[in-house]
Amino acid sequence: MYKYFLRLLASVLLLLGFSINAHAEFKVGFVYVGPTGDHGWTYQHDEGRKAVEAAGIKTTYVESVPEGADAERVIRQLAQSGHDLIFTTSFGYMDPTNKVAKDFPNVKFEHATGYKREHSNVSTYSARFYEGRTLLGHMAGKMTKTNVIGYIASFPIPEVIRGINAMTLAAQKVNPNIKTKIVWVFTWYDPGKESEAAQALIDQGADIIMQHTDSTAPVQVAEKAGVWSFGQASDMQRFAPKSILTSIIDDWAPYYVERSIAARDGTWKQQDTWHGLKEGMVAMAPYNSAMGSGLVKEVEKLQKDLASGKAHSFTGPIYDQQGNLLVAEGKVADDGMLAGMSVYVKGVEGDIPK
Amino acid sequence: MNIDINFLGILIGAIMASSVPLILAALGELITERSGVLNLGVEGMMIIGAISGFALMVITDNLFLAIIGSMLSGLLLSFIFGFLTQSLLTNHVATGLALTIFGIGLSAMIGKDFVGIPGKQFPLLFVNLKEAIPFFGPIFFGHSIVFYFAFLLPFGTNYFLKKTKIGLIVRAVGDSPVSAANQGINVLLVRYCCILYGGAMCGLGGAYLSLIYTPQWIENMTAGRGWIALALVVFATWSPLKVLVGAIIFGGITILQLHMQAMGIRIPVQFLSALPYIMTIVVLVIISRDSRKIKLNTPTSLGQIFYKEK
Repeated sequence: MYKYFLRLLASVLLLLGFSINAHAEFKVGFVYVGPTGDHGWTYQHDEGRKAVEAAGIKTTYVESVPEGADAERVIRQLAQSGHDLIFTTSFGYMDPTNKVAKDFPNVKFEHATGYKREHSNVSTYSARFYEGRTLLGHMAGKMTKTNVIGYIASFPIPEVIRGINAMTLAAQKVNPNIKTKIVWVFTWYDPGKESEAAQALIDQGADIIMQHTDSTAPVQVAEKAGVWSFGQASDMQRFAPKSILTSIIDDWAPYYVERSIAARDGTWKQQDTWHGLKEGMVAMAPYNSAMGSGLVKEVEKLQKDLASGKAHSFTGPIYDQQGNLLVAEGKVADDGMLAGMSVYVKGVEGDIPK
Repeated sequence: MNIDINFLGILIGAIMASSVPLILAALGELITERSGVLNLGVEGMMIIGAISGFALMVITDNLFLAIIGSMLSGLLLSFIFGFLTQSLLTNHVATGLALTIFGIGLSAMIGKDFVGIPGKQFPLLFVNLKEAIPFFGPIFFGHSIVFYFAFLLPFGTNYFLKKTKIGLIVRAVGDSPVSAANQGINVLLVRYCCILYGGAMCGLGGAYLSLIYTPQWIENMTAGRGWIALALVVFATWSPLKVLVGAIIFGGITILQLHMQAMGIRIPVQFLSALPYIMTIVVLVIISRDSRKIKLNTPTSLGQIFYKEK
């Protein structure tokens, strides 16, 4: 009994000492859904973390954390071990983040791509990837010969549907004859299935391949088949040097640095951030010169206009597949409509899986 | 969509290519099971084969070495399984499951430095004939050597089990290890060989994915194909030729459902995604409903622990 008590005392003291020690320094924690070397989504988040580290703030990260019960355990662990700010970087961490936030009011939480801010210490942030899709659509509309654009989609959530619509609208503007063909693969990450989907689309006449999945398999299939493609999340150019016209790049670094410094200096406030080309959270990889300098200039101009607000990805008139008016002429879609987007625009083939 | 005959050929060729890893892994496991050993570690051995093959390709820049290495690594992993189940007499099911979990974890660890490196184009055979002959060209030509090996293997395996003496010994060991041992057959040796062969084939199946089919390394890239291969063996009632049929149906419907989506056929996508699994089971159940033949092919001692009485 005595021995047991002594051991307990020792461990309590140790824990106490650890937590006091831990609180001496400001620390930022990151939770990733994939491995840092996935060359896509998680890779880009880790680049952001490195920028925070470079700004002189200590960081730690936990990678390949499954969404669900494990996530809550990991987030709680980070909160307990003296982290002052925690970034949770996948949609599925939404509920665990809010749950842990309730128990640690002094720790700040930042959840990526979610919408729940149940406690005053939870912020959310995401990027306007659809602005990048608009640029892709413009290039696709100009470059296609078969007028068929192939699109590999992951899950039927507003984020993905928004991308499909933004791309289609932009492509129609420069080429009214285009059709968007979509294959749903119901995964973020299965190179075998993604490449089969790409091949199926090419066989169906698509000469442009676009993906909302994370592996580099589709661009490699496109390279082999001699059709055009676009990279996703990070610059995939070296996987398909001839085929890739550009990649949409997620750049989280400035946001992570800004928020970390704010938290350290005590100026951090709850907010909902949705940044795009203007702030640089969405960036474009170098354009492939194979599309000709004229088109490159056009796209660069469009990119500038989107960034300055002169152009908007969803400018009316916009109709849905049945021909109902969604956005009136001369108006642009507001953020509420964009966030909940759940119908295809005119020109997209097929139905959204329910 | 206008179906032209050449397109159909390309489609069939693509379907056959996608079924290669299933054929290899399933036939490896079939031999293991025919000797009376149930190894549920197929997925683990495949993923280890995939990463070893890819890593060796990056390090040595030699595809031949990569293929051999992937088979050796699958073999090595199956040796651990063999040692545990045959020499230490552990439970087959538990050990096999542990092997899968181990393989997935280990491959992720080894693979950390190999993510994001582009693969190399694997040499394809008879590319000229592929273009020259309509319809049959894209089906039979322009594939990798592993592809041809995989499609000859079911026939070879069938012949081996039915017509050769060693095949007979394997079947005897699987049906009644005690009788086989009494006949002077070294049951342990036979089972070890079958386990190692199964491991090598699973490793090759994995390497097909990382070196030929989608030349790159990505964590967990086998994505459950090992489990499909395991199920194929059972539904094909341990017959190599039926394994071939099952693998082609599975690969075929997986690809066809993507084409149907791209064609805009209005069937719920979730149903299409489930279709390969449903159809494979239905077809295999129908073609193997002769219970007498099932009994003939089922290894009676499957999964049972055998130890020699002294």
